[in-house]
Amino acid sequence: MKFIIAIIKPFKLDEVREALSAIGVAGMTVSEVKGFGRQKGQTEIYRGAEYSTNMLPKVKLEIAASDAMAAQVVETIQQTASTDSIGDGKIFVLDLASTTRIRTGESGDNAL
Amino acid sequence: MIRKILCAAGAVGAAFAATGAWAAETAQAVVPAVPAPAAAPVAAAAAAVANPGNNAWMMTSTLLVLLMIVPGLALFYGGLTRAKNMLSTMTQIGAVASLAMLVWVMWGYGLAFGPEGNEFISWGKFFLAGVTPDSTAATFTSEVISEYVFISFQMTFAAITVALVLGSVVERMKFSAVMVFALVWLTIVYFPVAHMVWEARGVFFKMGALDFAGGTVVHINAGVSALVAALILGKRRGYPSEPMAPHSLTMTMIGTGLLWVGWFGFNAGSALEANGSAGLAMINTFVATAAGGLFWMLTERVMGHKGSALGFCSGVVAGLVAVTPAAGNSGPFGAIVLGAVASVICFFFVSKVKPKLGYDDSLDAFGIHGVGGMIGALGTGIVYAPSLGGPGGADFSIGGQLVTQASAVGATIVIAAVGTVIAIYIAKAVTGLRVSPEVEVEGLDIGEHGERAYN
Repeated sequence: MKFIIAIIKPFKLDEVREALSAIGVAGMTVSEVKGFGRQKGQTEIYRGAEYSTNMLPKVKLEIAASDAMAAQVVETIQQTASTDSIGDGKIFVLDLASTTRIRTGESGDNAL
Repeated sequence: MIRKILCAAGAVGAAFAATGAWAAETAQAVVPAVPAPAAAPVAAAAAAVANPGNNAWMMTSTLLVLLMIVPGLALFYGGLTRAKNMLSTMTQIGAVASLAMLVWVMWGYGLAFGPEGNEFISWGKFFLAGVTPDSTAATFTSEVISEYVFISFQMTFAAITVALVLGSVVERMKFSAVMVFALVWLTIVYFPVAHMVWEARGVFFKMGALDFAGGTVVHINAGVSALVAALILGKRRGYPSEPMAPHSLTMTMIGTGLLWVGWFGFNAGSALEANGSAGLAMINTFVATAAGGLFWMLTERVMGHKGSALGFCSGVVAGLVAVTPAAGNSGPFGAIVLGAVASVICFFFVSKVKPKLGYDDSLDAFGIHGVGGMIGALGTGIVYAPSLGGPGGADFSIGGQLVTQASAVGATIVIAAVGTVIAIYIAKAVTGLRVSPEVEVEGLDIGEHGERAYN
C-alpha cells in the first residue's frame, strides 16, 4: 500500500476530487494548509503600507491507495491539478505499513 | 374615555402654547451663521413660527449625522484596527460622542451660540436656560426652525468631531484618558472654533470665510488635533516594522456606506432648510464623493498597485471631507474636481509622505480629514466663483477669497494645535494617557473593557 500526500492549489480541489472519484478512489482527507516554495508569498498594501506574507494558502490531500492504484492516483492528481505555473504543488508517495478500519477491525487492502 | 383624554390634552396643549408664545417673546432668537458672506442672518421676529417641513428635514438630518457616528464611524475606524482593539475603538467613539452630547446641553451650546459674546466666544443659555418648544433659530432666509432642533443638529456636529480625532490615537490610549481629553478639547477647542466660524459675531464669519457644513470647524480642526495628539502620545508598539493590517475591511466598507448616507444630513442639513441650497449640497455630496472614490483607485493603478477596497473607502471619505465646506458653495462640476483633487492628494499624503515623516497617525485622521479639509477649504474659495458654476455673485474675486480662506485655515490650525497640547497634557496628568505595554500587546478590548469582539 502507498500513502499519497498531495499539496495543490485550493481552487483545484473540486476538480481533483471528481477525477479521483472517477477512477475509484473511495476516500481521502483534506486540510487547509499554508506554506511556501518557488511561488514565495504575496504582497498586501493598505494605504501604502506594504506587508508581504511569505506563506500561501494551499490544500493538502492525504490518500491511502493499494499498490495497484497508486500510480494512477498520482497521475490523475498531477494532470488535474496542473495549471502549468509555479505554485501548482507537489505529490509525495510513501510506503504504507498497515491500514485498519476502526469499525470492523479489517486490515490491509480490504480496509482501504 | 379616550375622547375625554384627548380633549383634556388639547386644553393643556392650548395653555402651553399660550405660555410658550410669551416665552418666545422674552427669549432672544438665536442667530446662527450663514455660510456665505451674503446678508447677515436676520433675527427672526419673536412671533415667527417654525415651518414644519423645514423642522422635519432638520430633525431627519440630525439623525443622519448620528448615524455617521454610531455605527458609521465606529465601523469605519473599527475595521481598520487589529481584531484585539475592535471594541476599544468603537467604544471610545460611542462614549466620547455621548459625552459631547451632555456637555453640549450644559455649556457647549452657550459657548458656541449663546446670546452674549464677542468674536471668539459666546455665553448665556447654559443648561439651555430660556429655551422652550416655541423658541426659534434663524436660518439663512426669513424662515426659522425650532431652537431645540437647531441645538440637536449642532450637538451631533460636536459629537462627531471629537470622535474623528480618535482615529490617530487608537490601539494605545487609555479609555479614561480619551474621556478626559474629549471633555477638555471640546471646551477649549471645538466650542470656540464653532462660534468663530458659524456664529454671526464670530471672527472668521465676519471675515467672510466660506464653510458650508464644517470643513474648518470639523475636519481641519479634528485632523490637526489628531496629528498633535498622535505626536505627543507616540507610536504603537511595533509600528512600523510589525504588520498592522486592517482586521476587517468588510466592516470598514459598511462604515463608509453609512458615513456617506449620513453625510447628506451633515451637508444638505447645513442649509438649515429643505430648500434649493440643500438640494445643491445634496447633489454635490453625491458627485464629489463618487469622484473621490474612483480617483483614489485610479491613482493606485497609476502607481502600479491594484485598485483596492480600502482605496475606494479612503477616496470616498476624502471626497466627502473636501466637499463639506463647498457643499452649497459650489456647482456640481466644481465639486467633482474638488473631490478628485482631494482624493489624489490624500493618497500621496498617506501612502508616501506619512511613512517618510514617521509619525503614527494610525487611521489617517490627519492624512484624510486634515489634509482633505484644507484642500476643501481652499478649494471652496475657487469653486464658489460663478465662472466655474459656483453660486458666488458677479463681483466675487477668487484671489481675495483664497486669502480669507487661508487665514481661517491657518488660525484654526494654531487654535487646534495649542488646544490639543493643553488637553492631552491634562489627560496625561489625570490618567497617565497610555496603556501599559502588556495591555497594548494583549489588546485594549480585554485590557480596558474586559471583552473580546470575536469569540
